[in-house]
Amino acid sequence: MTAILEESRGGRILPLTGNYAVAMAAKMARVQVVAAYPITPQTSVIEKLSEYIEAGELEATMIRVESEHSALAATFGAAIAGARAFTATSSHGLLYMHEWVHWTGRARVPIVMAIVTRAIAPPWNIWPDHSDFYDQRDAGWVMGFAMDNQEAFDLTLQAFRISEDPRVYLPVMIGLEGFILGHTTMPVHIPDQEAVDEWLGPRRQGFVIDGSEPLAHGNLAWPEDTEEMFMDIHRAMMEAKSVIREVDEEYYRITGRRYGGLTQCIRCSDAKYVVSSMGAWSGDIMEAVEKLRGEGYPVGVLRFRFIRPFPEEDVAEHLAGKKLVVVFDRAISFGSMGQLFMETVAHLAKHTGKLPVLRNIVAGVGGVNVEWREFYELIKDSIDRFEEGGELEYFTWYHKARR
Amino acid sequence: MGVVVLLVEIIWLGRGGQGGVTAANILVYAALREGLYGQGFPFFGAERRGAPVMAFSRISDRPILRHGMFSEADVLVVLDPKLPLIEATRRVLVRDRGVVVVNARDDEALDPRHYRLEGSAKFYAVDATRIALENKLVVAGWPVANTSMLGAFSRATGLVRIESVVEAIKEYFKGRIGEVNAKAALQAYNETKLVGEVARSVQVHG
Repeated sequence: MTAILEESRGGRILPLTGNYAVAMAAKMARVQVVAAYPITPQTSVIEKLSEYIEAGELEATMIRVESEHSALAATFGAAIAGARAFTATSSHGLLYMHEWVHWTGRARVPIVMAIVTRAIAPPWNIWPDHSDFYDQRDAGWVMGFAMDNQEAFDLTLQAFRISEDPRVYLPVMIGLEGFILGHTTMPVHIPDQEAVDEWLGPRRQGFVIDGSEPLAHGNLAWPEDTEEMFMDIHRAMMEAKSVIREVDEEYYRITGRRYGGLTQCIRCSDAKYVVSSMGAWSGDIMEAVEKLRGEGYPVGVLRFRFIRPFPEEDVAEHLAGKKLVVVFDRAISFGSMGQLFMETVAHLAKHTGKLPVLRNIVAGVGGVNVEWREFYELIKDSIDRFEEGGELEYFTWYHKARR
Repeated sequence: MGVVVLLVEIIWLGRGGQGGVTAANILVYAALREGLYGQGFPFFGAERRGAPVMAFSRISDRPILRHGMFSEADVLVVLDPKLPLIEATRRVLVRDRGVVVVNARDDEALDPRHYRLEGSAKFYAVDATRIALENKLVVAGWPVANTSMLGAFSRATGLVRIESVVEAIKEYFKGRIGEVNAKAALQAYNETKLVGEVARSVQVHG
């Protein structure tokens, strides 16, 4: 939501779909290997990269595999051998490669993967929600999520820098909703290639297996050694927080754009109520909040740009001491609540003895379209009822029947 | 972030395969040439060739925060003259002081009763199918009227200049195909006429 037409540094502005913005970022990172399998709504990311390679604009090898399981395995193989490697998938493709998501994360191999999110079947559905993305939370990947096409580009490029930082050396996945961003054309600011080259630098990774040195990977380890390696992953993940903030600041140097680190908080400092969210509809929520501000409601928006590592400090800073916090989730852990809500509350509780009044609203699951005006109504209703001293439902599944 | 000064929402109503999505996207290119922010996207999900289908555009002088589909529009562009007759146009609520741009050669498609109007509306018409045929813009047996309707959009709304539309089309379609489409857009721009004006609502919502 940066005013790119007014504030960009150098480079050029192109109309791009979210998927093409991701492909452009991978190209500008000069990825050397792409291994992928087509799936709606991701396919146009890989199609575009394939076109770049065919046209000679990108010097890379495209490995066409027979499944997503092999796609990430091949990406891993290229990455572990020293190549900057990239892949993208959605929904069932992501679930099919889930074993490799864990393997690559626990192997500490820098990789970047775009997840163009889509609901999980049955019933068969190609519309976007966050279920496939949240399903990957525990695999040792840094996980970011875009709000618009510009951020899809920025985050993908930043992901390479974060992943290849020696303090991190973990794979990074970037989420963007299918269709809502993936197939939507918007203007995107593209920095100059030279500026990106200088900012990103050459490929870095913890270890390389290219046949020149004998090195074994993935062999049997005792439980204690295994646990120590996993403790290292956790430490690297915590370290990634400061790396993400640094990268955000340094990216400002070449683009004139920064987002605020792991989260973006709009209208938060004097807010009594805060609405929290992740993804494209955060923009709709910001528009709703602007309208409410105009009507005198002291309300702000805490938008998550990253959920792994979880931005605990941001949550403490922006949510502790508020009167009311409403968290919107576009997925649910069946039998529990929305994932973003659960994590927000768990981390907030560590930092404050007196929790705000909390409300979780699950919506948009299965790709249900939610318009900014509906957010306006839901947020206004929550605040009004809170101020009138009424009981607020802790958990609500906001659903509209098909018209 | 500030108050939105200008935000126009546009629905392109056509049949699957008629190029409504392309038109919605090219409009983003044209808007950019005017220094405006744009958004263009298809109906989310699968589409069937020949079935009535919508595509969407937004134009603003500020970064566009909202996303997703909408059913109320400031501008409704109808790519197929038969769609009003089967009332497909009534899926859209045209906002007060709205603009309706129709690919039509006769009055039947322009009857306000085929539309849901919130208040006043201006109706513009152009025979885009004929223009497409004259320029041999035929794909898989169908005249492709989308670029002509972009020219008509420019004339009817004044939101983007025809020069920007022409350049945007040439940027989108490289080479000769771009030239031909740009020519059709310019021709449609010149032939688009204000054909009716509804002073107030003729239909209640629904």
